[in-house]
Amino acid sequence: MSAVIPYISKPHPVTGVTNAKFGIWLFLASEVMLFGALFSAYIVLRVGAETWPHGSEYLSVPWAFANTVVLITSSLTMVMSWAALQMNNFAKYKKYMGATVLLSFGFLIIKYIEYSAKFHHGYFPANNTFLAIYFTMTGLHGLHVIGGIIVNSYLLFPGSKMWNTDPERFAGRVECAGLYWHFVDLVWIFLFPVLYLL
Amino acid sequence: MEAHSAEEMQRHVKTYFAVYIALLVLTVATVGVSYLHTTTAMHILAAMVVALVKGSLVAAIFMHLSNEKKIIVYSLVLTVTFFIAIMVIPVLVECEIFRYLDRMVS
Repeated sequence: MSAVIPYISKPHPVTGVTNAKFGIWLFLASEVMLFGALFSAYIVLRVGAETWPHGSEYLSVPWAFANTVVLITSSLTMVMSWAALQMNNFAKYKKYMGATVLLSFGFLIIKYIEYSAKFHHGYFPANNTFLAIYFTMTGLHGLHVIGGIIVNSYLLFPGSKMWNTDPERFAGRVECAGLYWHFVDLVWIFLFPVLYLL
Repeated sequence: MEAHSAEEMQRHVKTYFAVYIALLVLTVATVGVSYLHTTTAMHILAAMVVALVKGSLVAAIFMHLSNEKKIIVYSLVLTVTFFIAIMVIPVLVECEIFRYLDRMVS
């Protein structure tokens, strides 16, 4: 016998939203504080440092700009995959979700090119405070991208079978995965100027 | 979000693409501004204003916050309050009053 979790597809009478959506938002709230702590640490380190390099002295602005475009585009394809389900167009959902996963891999490939260029030049987290906070923040963000790829790939392939058995619940899952993915995009929107442009 | 009619969804889709274009334009703008010769303070101000506008667009439209239930909005107001607090802590560390208090206790 399987336990039934209540209010997965129907809104909870108290909150007005599904438990799934309320749950993902509470998780994202904790994520805001996790990345917030790192941004706070960045300010402390930068204000306390005698010298602070301009991001472009160590980092490649063109690659990061390209990655910003890739991530913003993946956010669009993610919200479009959800919109496709709302319009009962499963084929379109597959296309947009597939594009989201491909773009996420694109982001990681560019990040890999960036990281290996740093290592090639002998730039490691231990070299200075700027590189330490750069690798910490982009590394944690990169882990979030990998997490998103795992969830979105599941929803693209094996998990999409649920569309035939419980479409409402499946659309809810895609919406929650989307909220997480847009958050990952949102973090990058702040990371890009803070680390590369200032 | 509640169930949507087809026309309503078409309208949403148009908004999503408009936001996407706005995000691209703002990304180009933030890189462009960073090449201007001005003070570091002005660079920080410009970069943060653009990032806040971009972030708000993503949160309001892609994450549907502009049309979300009160419980979620209130939870996020609480989160943002604490977020601002941890952003202000590094500034407080630099405040003269805390140096003074520090001297008093030591």
